[in-house]
Amino acid sequence: MQLSPINQRRLENFKANRRGYWSMILFLCLFTISLFAEVIANDKPLLISHKGEFYTPFLVTYPETAFGGDFETEADYRDPFVSELIEEAGGWTIWPIIRYSYTTINYDLKSPAPSSPDFENWLGTDDQGRDVMARVIYGYRISVSFGLILTILSSIIGVSAGAIQGYFGGTIDLIFQRLLEIWGGMPSLYILIILAAMIEPTFIILLALLLLFSWPSLVGVVRAEFLRSRNFDYVRAARALGVRDRVIIFKHLLPNSMVSALTFLPFVLTGAIVSLTSLDFLGLGLPPGSPSLGELLAQGKANLQAPWLGITAFMVLSIMLTLAFFMQEGIRDAFDPRKTFK
Amino acid sequence: MAFIKVDNLAISFKVKGQDLPAVKNVSFEIEKGETLALVGESGSGKSITALSILQLLPYPLASHPTGEIHVDGLDVVGANNDVMHNIRGNKISMIFQEPMTSLNPLHTIEKQVNETLLVHKGMNKKQAAARVRELLDLVGLEATEDRLSAYPHQLSGGQRQRVMIAMALANEPDLLIADEPTTALDVTIQAQVLELLKDLQERMGMAILLITHDLGIVRHMAKTVCVMTDGEIVEQAPVEELFENPQHSYTKMLLEAEPKGLPHIKDDTAKEVIRAENIKVHFPIKKGLLKRTVDYVRAVDGISLKIQEGHTVGVVGESGSGKSTLGLALLRLLKSEGNITYCGTSIQDKDWDDLRPLRSEIQIVFQDPYSSLSPRLSVSQIVEEGLLVHHGRGDPKERRALIAQTLEEVGIDGDAQDRYPHEFSGGQRQRISIARALILKPKFIVLDEPTSALDMSVQAQIVDLLRDLQTKYNLAYLFISHDLKVVRALADTVLVMKEGKIVEQGTSKQIFDAPQTTYTKALMKAAFDLATLK
Repeated sequence: MQLSPINQRRLENFKANRRGYWSMILFLCLFTISLFAEVIANDKPLLISHKGEFYTPFLVTYPETAFGGDFETEADYRDPFVSELIEEAGGWTIWPIIRYSYTTINYDLKSPAPSSPDFENWLGTDDQGRDVMARVIYGYRISVSFGLILTILSSIIGVSAGAIQGYFGGTIDLIFQRLLEIWGGMPSLYILIILAAMIEPTFIILLALLLLFSWPSLVGVVRAEFLRSRNFDYVRAARALGVRDRVIIFKHLLPNSMVSALTFLPFVLTGAIVSLTSLDFLGLGLPPGSPSLGELLAQGKANLQAPWLGITAFMVLSIMLTLAFFMQEGIRDAFDPRKTFK
Repeated sequence: MAFIKVDNLAISFKVKGQDLPAVKNVSFEIEKGETLALVGESGSGKSITALSILQLLPYPLASHPTGEIHVDGLDVVGANNDVMHNIRGNKISMIFQEPMTSLNPLHTIEKQVNETLLVHKGMNKKQAAARVRELLDLVGLEATEDRLSAYPHQLSGGQRQRVMIAMALANEPDLLIADEPTTALDVTIQAQVLELLKDLQERMGMAILLITHDLGIVRHMAKTVCVMTDGEIVEQAPVEELFENPQHSYTKMLLEAEPKGLPHIKDDTAKEVIRAENIKVHFPIKKGLLKRTVDYVRAVDGISLKIQEGHTVGVVGESGSGKSTLGLALLRLLKSEGNITYCGTSIQDKDWDDLRPLRSEIQIVFQDPYSSLSPRLSVSQIVEEGLLVHHGRGDPKERRALIAQTLEEVGIDGDAQDRYPHEFSGGQRQRISIARALILKPKFIVLDEPTSALDMSVQAQIVDLLRDLQTKYNLAYLFISHDLKVVRALADTVLVMKEGKIVEQGTSKQIFDAPQTTYTKALMKAAFDLATLK
């Protein structure tokens, strides 16, 4: 695919902003790694060789009887009994780097939970004896995916709403704007708390709830951009050719207003991550047991004698938000036609 | 020694770490009381040459590899800010092309003018106020209290340009740099401003460095002419000599580039394409809490016209006279009252969907070739848009061939269709807009100032192109322009508009040879003799 000259220039500009460029590489690396969290931190082995057959427990559920045990239920591979069964049969086991999933409770602690970092639990355990490192990896994945999905959805809604208002103007614009003002006046956090108390929140429900309040932030910019450019000569020329409104919006106006919408995306993304974290912190977010950074923060607050909890949550959050912000700052600069890079 | 002496000047700009030469080998002298004109097309380096005299280029991005600029004997290349401070606005002043953006919209006229007086002359408020009145008087603006406390948007274009000149003259400069001082103005106001500049020069004995692309102005104003192209002066001669006996081929080309020729003889019995009766476009003025309509801006007020196949109707008038509004109303891009008939069927009452099939036969070409092409679409995407609407996607190969053929017809290489608009010059872009209108084989095209944003030499080419296309396809044109030379070269009949009404109409010959109303007479005199009607 050949990039158009204007996009080539943008790519060059983006690379010229080294902080943004490296932040993006790092952010994407971390996110890709966290997408494969099951392979990195899991209480089920990746591969077992048992009596000449191969098993992949992290993908498939095997009963304990498959390895010569007694129960029909899923094998607990952390149980010394199961590992002995495999070893006695001359088999071997490949474990992930971290032998804990986010729900795995380490019953083998040398000190009462929360226990401090050691070679077994790299970042210690939380107050229920779960490995903090594993929970951070899964938590990072949830936070970033939540942020990205919310950003994409609210851009789609916000950009469409802004486009319709800006393009048609007049009464439609007037009514929409007043509705938006009323909507914007709602105390969103309280409404979220009330709603979260009434409905059992899941990932999807939280996404929908936060979406209700995050899309209007993009409307203003896109609307202004459409109002400005709908009277440009090339739009008039398209109208004179008989082009339909829908086509004019998508082909002529939308690409030209994407730049200003892009400027706003970093705030939507970081805002989404922070709102999810704060809801989790208040205990109104994801269902109990979910790996969430907000919950880790809350544990850090409740267990001041175990500073690794608070420090870990703080570091992960700040690194994630900083990288995301630098990355999008770079993207924004790359799209700025007036910015020059030397 | 001359007041200004530029010797072997070169200007380079740093682009991606490399020095890109923009101007080289430029030498000229200006004596006090003289006018030197720098002539050339856009991008030839005229303006940056003038700016380098004031050392106003974006240093250190710009640099002068060679050359000296002497102002009153003092070399200013690389001079520090203190030295330049004394020269800028004091010995040398400048007026710009666009008076709207050159005046601060938040300051009153008095404040704009007295700023330089307070800074350079160290006058107190009272002295400055007296001097401001004197200056406004000098540039022909009555210095009433209302005027002094007016803001730029309350003045007309000509009045704004007068304020700019008053600001420039505040410190009685020895040199006035006028960078396309009348390009943004209507012809009648252009004539007034040029007369004012000439008169001021005689009274104050200052030198003028005039930058323009309009040879008519040069002939009228200058003593010496420097012709610039691609950053070099190719010919330098006294004005009569240059016009009588041009030496360089580029100068000859420029001189021959005036839009010439007359429209071809037309068949008067040709079929009528469009007829408009009593067209009115009124914009309501709303006031008060309940936004009651108190009055209307009558942009177009009762205009009737008809255009036959292969004929051109020219619409002339100053800016704000409602010419463009009339064009948009005929295309039903603006709501209007009155009856519009296209090929015998009334189109005024048709809704947007019913109108769509007709859109392929009625087209428009706009003034500014930069804003009329979407910067994010390739040339083929721009040209094919109408095809997609009216003929569907069809066979991509055939479509490409048709696009290439249409582009060739307007003088663009058909292979260039995958490039983007910014890779083309203004004239080429205008050709692409014409191709976009032409690909649907229309019968009627509204040309809304299609040549006004282009260089003189390119204007002539576009006029020739339009005339050839008209003969070939028997097109009907509504040609809107404030440039009477171009209208004369194309139009069969002419409407003169003022404030939404027709002042005079008739065949092209009648209007140009024997104008009846004073308004038309003033317009003619300003356009062809650059003089005002006394």
